[in-house]
This record gives sequence, structure tokens and C-alpha cells, in this order.
Amino acid sequence: MSASKHTIAIAGENALIIYFGDKLSAEIATQIAQAAEQLKTALGELLVDLVPSYGSLLVTYQPLKTDHYYVRNLIRQALQKLSTEAEHNQGATVSLPVYYSTESGPDLQSLADNAGLSIEEVIAIHQQTEYRVYAIGFAPGFAYLGEVDERIAAPRLATPRQKVPRGAVAIADRQTAVYPAQSPGGWNLIGLCPQRMFDPKAEPTMPVQVGDRVTFIGISREEFIALGGELVSDAKAIGGEA
Amino acid sequence: MAGFKIIKPGIFSLLQDSGRFGMHSIGLTTGGPMDTQSFNWANRLCENLTDCAAIEVTIGGLVLEADINTSIALTGADIPLTINKQPASLWQTHHINAGDRIELGFAQTGSRGYLAVAGGFQAMPSFGSRSTVPREGLGGLHQNGKPLQSGDQLQCPDVTTLPPSQCLPESQRPILTDNNSAHLRMVLGYQQDAFNSLQQQLFFSSEYKVTESSDRMGYRLNGPAIVPAVDGILSEGICLGAIQVPADGQPIVLLADRQTIGGYPKIGSVLSLDLGKLTQLTPGGTVSFEAISIEQAHNLLLLNQQQVEHTKLQPVTGGSNG
Repeated sequence: MSASKHTIAIAGENALIIYFGDKLSAEIATQIAQAAEQLKTALGELLVDLVPSYGSLLVTYQPLKTDHYYVRNLIRQALQKLSTEAEHNQGATVSLPVYYSTESGPDLQSLADNAGLSIEEVIAIHQQTEYRVYAIGFAPGFAYLGEVDERIAAPRLATPRQKVPRGAVAIADRQTAVYPAQSPGGWNLIGLCPQRMFDPKAEPTMPVQVGDRVTFIGISREEFIALGGELVSDAKAIGGEA
Repeated sequence: MAGFKIIKPGIFSLLQDSGRFGMHSIGLTTGGPMDTQSFNWANRLCENLTDCAAIEVTIGGLVLEADINTSIALTGADIPLTINKQPASLWQTHHINAGDRIELGFAQTGSRGYLAVAGGFQAMPSFGSRSTVPREGLGGLHQNGKPLQSGDQLQCPDVTTLPPSQCLPESQRPILTDNNSAHLRMVLGYQQDAFNSLQQQLFFSSEYKVTESSDRMGYRLNGPAIVPAVDGILSEGICLGAIQVPADGQPIVLLADRQTIGGYPKIGSVLSLDLGKLTQLTPGGTVSFEAISIEQAHNLLLLNQQQVEHTKLQPVTGGSNG
């Protein structure tokens, strides 16, 4: 991909948004992660914040110290460097353990039924893909991973749950994620991950960042508990709709 | 360190500093004051730096008791203030002695007040900020995102030279309109091209009502539906003031506690200088929009900075709190 494919648009009085493409692609995810790194250096103290996402990067700057012309120029320069370096540095690879079961994943059975697969097949397919971290948002530490194999893609629940437990591994359309904290949610739950995805006291706070690759590795109930995982004893807390 | 005890927290009172920045990449919103100008004036009246923590009081009802000699100032919404049952003016610095009781009534005009103290309220920062974000369970007095509660003990520093009794001249105060309406300047941006000229004309010539489901995340408006040519986009970063238009055509202005990314088309973003006007509105209030260029927006920001810097606070003499 050449740098000419990027477009830069105004988002607000002190924000520009760079569009890299309108489709999910690992190549774009890598470019965005690199552009974010480049712009941190290039903008220095003019930078307020960056929001990398699927196909775009939002750049917020100090409007009293610079203007959008200057920031656009810095962005163009950073993007030019990018096109030659895009082949390198593919991001870190992180593997996350998952206890897949109907006990830890209350939607596993219905997802398998709707897909015309066995539970074992769903679990195997979920582990076969190496996912990309396309975006982080929705809640602190919520990483959107893609793309899920078409065979196990499933639409969001018609009625979202009030409580999805921390660590829930879930699928929505062709995305998958691990819920970093207990929260409401409408994704299909297929298992539990004992690893904390967001810990304000840990360094780093999150095990993944945008552009990283993630694989899931199935573990047993015993391993899950040994790794510090907690099964919510009250089935309603997972079952939700009660 | 001494400070203030919360006797009653009121409807919804949050510790806020200027906000949490540089943390969007792990999904954290900025938080911070909804009406930044009023927040800044409260700190300025107490001769604080702009990132000192103050209390954002929504609607009112906050009651505190001091166990320190210090100075305070209340700005923003028109909330009746008494110190030991004596009425005290807003937009003015008041000396406080240990044992004094500070009571806030309920807003008559506007919806958010800002109570600052000399040196700022102290709390351990979370991710570089004390701003309370209940939705994220982050920040605030106990770093857990909880609003202030009865019995909370707020610490503030012993300031050796307290600010003099001073007030912000009336002409410089942000205007709270009696009729609960605001005209908002905005910069076109994002998916502006997805809104054809007819839809844009409709948007800029219509009045929208502030609905009940308006909070620190966003103000949901209701009025003539405007329909973008696309119903969804790949989720992307949302800046302060962004106006997103979901499938029902009703705009939502995204504010201090907004989600960091979202997949609805956006027509542009409200000028930050006008967000105070918007967030002082209560449900049922009305807004209208006007597009300005990004150059005009930059000019207005610089001009405002100049005006703020050159504004002199007026000394207040005598015991009258008027």
C-alpha cells in the first residue's frame, strides 16, 4: 500500500483523523500502530491524545500552540516514512489461555447449534486464527480482535446481558474479545480467560495494544482455576437475563 | 492535612481536574469538567493552576464543613450558596475558617456548579488525573470512580498566602440564558459529506431539544431527523464535542465522558468554547447550530485565551456578600 491512499480529514477544532482504509486488514492495523508511534515523536508536546481504530487514527493536538496546517504536514511526513517501513515490526504476539465450556461460556451451545457445528469444532476453530488487535475502546482495556472465522461468526444477542463477567471470551459478528471487567454486553460468551486484560495497578496496564496479534489456547477447568480464574458460582450472574 | 468533610453530597458531585489525557489508546475517556470555562474561573478565583481539582456539583445540594482556614469560590450554574447560613455570592472568592459550614442549594438557572478551594482538592491521581469517571470506575477521591459521599474527608493544602477577596466582573462571566437555550458553533468534519446539502440545511435551520437521557457521556437531542447517506462506519476515534447521528437521525453531542471510539456517522464537532453553554442546559432546553470554519475556530480559541489572560479580577471590599 502506498502512502497516497491515506486521507486526512478534520474531526474537530483541534483534531484531525487519518483514514487508512475502510476494510479490516492486518496490513492497515500494522500501519496504524506504526503511525501512532511516529506521531508521538513527531508531535511531542503538541500532541494531546491519539485514538487508533480499525481503519483510522484520530490525532488531537494543542490548538493554542499549533494549527491544523502544521499538524497535517507532520502527519504527511510521518506517513511517508511509514510506507517504507511497513514491512517490518509486525507487533507483539500474545497468547491468552481460555477455559472453553458450557459452564464458562453460556452461549457456546446455541452458537454451535446455529452454526451447525459441534461445541468441540467451535472451540477448535476459535483457536485456529491468529487475531489482530484492531481497536481498544468501549470500556477500559476492551480490545477488539479480528477476524473471526466465518463459520463461527454470530450476531449480537437480541437482548444484551446486564452482567457479563470479567474474563468472558466472546464473539460478535466476525470480532472476538475478552471482557476486561464485569459489564453489560451483548456478545456471545464461549469461555473464560483467567488473565487480567486491564489492571490499573499493573505495568503495563494491558497485555495487548493495537496492532498486536493474539492467539487463544484452550485450558482445562483445573488449569483455569490454578491460573487464578474464578467461576461465578451464581449461574444467573453469567446467565444474565434473570 | 486538613480540609472539608462532606455532610451531604447533593445530587451528584464529582471531583474533577482538567481531565485524563493520553490514555485513549487503552480505552480511557478524558473526563474533566463539562463546563470548562466555569471550572477554570473557579480555579482562577482561588489563584490555582488550571489542573487543580474542584468539585463539579450537578444541580446542587452539596453541604460541607471546613476544618481548615482557606478560600473557596463557586462558579457555573446559578446555585444559591450560603456560608454559615449567610448568603454568599458566586464568582467570588470567600475566606473560610475552620468550623464554617458551606451549603449549596439547587440550581435556579443552569445545571452544573464548580467549587474550587485554594491549592485544589487533593486525591491520588489515576492515570495522571483525579477526574472521576463513574462509568470506568476510575479517579475521584478513592480512585474508584465513585461520586462524593457523606462522610468523605476532602484534603486540601495549607496555603500560606490565601487569595484576596475578589470576583470576576459580571461582563466576563459566561452567560446563562433564562430561556434554557444555546446557539452552538461547530466545525464541519468527519463524515460531513454523508450529509447532503438538504440534510445540512435542515440541521442548521432547526431547533433541537435536550432530552432526559443527557449526561456526562453525551447530550441526546431531539428534533427534525437528519439522515446521513451511510448508516454505519468502521468504529473510529471520537473527539470532544463530536455530533454523531445514529440511524434514527437524532443528533448526540459527545462530551467529557464520551466513549473513545464509535461507529455512527458524525457531521462535525461543537466548538469547545460553546460546550459550557450546552452542558448548563437542562432537559427540555433547546439548541441550534451554526457552522464555522476551522480557521475561525482557531481564532476564537486564541482570542478567548487572550481575553481570559487579560481579565482582571476585581477586589471585593466590605462584608457585603450581596
